[in-house]
Formats: sequence, structure tokens, C-alpha cells
Amino acid sequence: MNPLGSVVVVGASLGGMHAAHTLRKEGFDGTITVVDTDEHTPYDKPPLTKQFLKGDWDAERITLPAAQEELGIDWRLGARATALDVGAQTLTIDRDGAAERLAYDGLVIAAGASARRLPLPTGMEGVHVLRTLDDALAVRAALDRTPSRVVVIGAGFIGAEVAATSRGRGLDVTILEALDVPLERALGAQMGAVCGAIHRDHGVDLRLGTGVDGFEGTGRVEAVTLSDGSRLDADLVVVGIGVVPNTAWLEGSGLTIDNGIVVDDTLLAAPGVVAAGDIARFPSRRFGQSLRIEHWENAIQMGEAAARRLLVPDGGAAAVYDPVPWFWSDQYDRKIQLAGHSGADDVVEVVIGSTDERRFVALYGRAGRVVGVLGMNRPRHVMQLRQLVVDGASWDDGRAQAAGLA
Amino acid sequence: MRVVVDFDLCESNAVCMGIAPEVFEVRDDDFLYVLQENPSEELRPKIEEAVQRCPKQAISIEE
Repeated sequence: MNPLGSVVVVGASLGGMHAAHTLRKEGFDGTITVVDTDEHTPYDKPPLTKQFLKGDWDAERITLPAAQEELGIDWRLGARATALDVGAQTLTIDRDGAAERLAYDGLVIAAGASARRLPLPTGMEGVHVLRTLDDALAVRAALDRTPSRVVVIGAGFIGAEVAATSRGRGLDVTILEALDVPLERALGAQMGAVCGAIHRDHGVDLRLGTGVDGFEGTGRVEAVTLSDGSRLDADLVVVGIGVVPNTAWLEGSGLTIDNGIVVDDTLLAAPGVVAAGDIARFPSRRFGQSLRIEHWENAIQMGEAAARRLLVPDGGAAAVYDPVPWFWSDQYDRKIQLAGHSGADDVVEVVIGSTDERRFVALYGRAGRVVGVLGMNRPRHVMQLRQLVVDGASWDDGRAQAAGLA
Repeated sequence: MRVVVDFDLCESNAVCMGIAPEVFEVRDDDFLYVLQENPSEELRPKIEEAVQRCPKQAISIEE
């Protein structure tokens, strides 16, 4: 058996809970302590911008399955990790000003990321981010008051889903995107433009190349001032401009921090310390670059892999983590899915359907290989063609296989 | 073992099909079909993985 007696998990979201689940499943019978700043029973985040925001689902409905299992967890919810001493193998946490030092044999850091804030004076009512359950409760309450206009800042996936749900509630929605094409860095110009177009299909005022200078209002937001000098009346603003990994408390810990915790290809950050989920940056052999992935499925897989890594005895063979990432985003009646890793410099070709009908599959190619499969309302084909990325299929083979499915 | 899908929750992400194509199939109509409601025991690990990975938690196993 492995020599671990105690494991501490920082982060009770998807990655941390799947790590705890996997530890028990693999037979670990020592103590598991789970720490999270969030006081709520661990919950699933994707519904926050969709079913939860729409009002269809309540908080109980999104509890994570692992939080309902009998895993024998020693909970520290509402507590913040403040310091890590890798040499002494201790983690310091703070709960309402009371510090506690937790000794560990193994540590899983799955502390996630926080919504990025605008570099503008904040504190005005009616301006929100959406990342946590508390954020979603606040935005939902604001939507329930039927604002005359919802302004979404940022046309990324969170902003896009908030816009779609708000439109679904019959509200006027404007999306402000600083770049000329939404999601260009992630999906390239052609596919980014299609993702933007579906908002216009549904009556959203999508303004590209439009930055935000500030907000007007006394205590409560009344208008957004734009980089082109104009102003836009708004009584609800949701900012969706990405996330920042929660690593500030690890400065000086000895862990390598570079837009996330840098781990090796087995997810080890230091002896006895693994990291998983949005916070972890790992070297992807498959794609030849380091990746920090913010997807739902990656948090599960990485949490599981990180737990198994901790259980490998010193000198034992550890598995390499090298996944094919996958995510989905539901907006209006469209389902966008990407398997693999796309980039702005890749070759892109629509191989099934057409962008005009908003139902298609596009392949992404790099150095003659298929690296990504993007689908809009084509889940079956995305999952079938995902194998091309797994296999590192040649571009020509990929096109031929896709043609066989079309 | 019986595979049960809550079709009110299912959003046809096709993750289950990627893991256990012997049991789950999303067809051209974008709906999920369960090919074997009572699959053999050897498929249990794959089906348990599909239960874990379903983004909508729509799959369960009844004994």
C-alpha cells in the first residue's frame, strides 16, 4: 500500500471533488480534508449561466454528485488557503480570521480561477461578474427585476451564454467586445465570426472593436461609456472577460507559478504536491506546448489523474497526463463543441454542413495533422471525429473521414 | 445492470457515445439512443465512466 496517511485538497469544485472521489475509489483510507473559500455545498458551474440563470433550476439541483457521496471528508468550507510550506508539508488556512495549520502527506491544489475584473473603479451596484453561485444568484436576481437593457462585456463563452439566457428571458441585450472578432485567439477569425453571428441572429446588438471606458451612475450603474466616445444606457452589466488562476497565496511557496501552477507531465508540482483543473499548467506532449485548460471535462480528468499520481509510491511509474481537451457551450438553440486544441494560426475547413445553416463541423489543422474538431449542433460528428485528434491523423485522412460521414 | 437515461436532462453532448459506443449512440437527429439497456458486466467500467463524465448527470445504473 502507499504510505500516505493524510491528503489535503484545496478547492471543492469539480477537480478537487473528483480527486477526493478517486482517492477513495483507489482504496485510500486516510484522512481527506477539503478546503474552499466558497461556503456552499460543492456545485457544478456550467448550469450557472444557463438553467440556473434562466430560473429553471435551483441551487440544490447543481450539487456535485461527489459531494453527495459518503467520502468521509473533513470539510473546511468558507476557509481560504493562505500559505504553503512545501518543505514542512503544511498548509495554512484562514477562516473568519482564525488561522489553522494543516499537515499533509499529499496535497491536491485545485483552487481554480477567479473572474477577471475590469481595470476600472468598481463597487457600483448593477455591475457583476459571473463565476460562482453567489455571482449567479446576484445576476439572476437582477434579471428578475427585468432590466431595460443588459450589457455584456466580453463575447467569450461566459458572456455569450449570459447574453443568450438574457435574450431567452426576453430582455434587450448588447454585447461589447473589444476585439474585432469574438474568440479569435481561441477559434480563429472565420469560426469566431460565426460564433458572433449567432447573437445577431437572435436580436442581440453585438458591437465589435468596442472597448469600455467607464460607468456612469450614482451608486448604481446607469450607463456604460464606450471607447468610441458614445454612451449606452444600462441597468445591468455583466463582465465576462476571462479568469485569473488563484495562485496569489502561493507566491514564495517555492512552487513555480506562470499563469497557473506549473506541473510536470504527471501533474506533480513539488514532492507530494499535485495540481489539477483551471489552476494547473501542464506540458502537453500531444500539442507540443504547455496548456492551462479551463474546461469542465478537463477538471474531472485532471482531478482524477492528480489523485492517482499522489498514490504512486516514490520511484513508482506515474502515468503521463496528455488528454484531448473537449468542451461545449450552449447558446440559444445552438450547441458549440470543440474537441482538441484550436488556435488562430491553424488551417480551418468546414467539412460537414455549412456555417450559413449554423450546423456544421470544421477541422483545425496544424503541420499537416488534425488538431481540433469544432461543431455547431453536430455532437455526433464531433465525437466521431474526435478520434482524429486522438490518433494525430493526417489532414488528408481527416478530411476523407469527415467526407465519409457527411 | 440496467442503463437508465433521464431524457429530460440529456442534452446530447455525446460524451457517453465517445466512451461506450456499444451502449450509447447519438444519431443524425441529435437524439441519444440507448443501444443496450441491459449490457453485459464487462461493459460496467465504461458505463460507470460515462455516468461520471456526463455533463448533465443524466445517466444512471440500476442493479
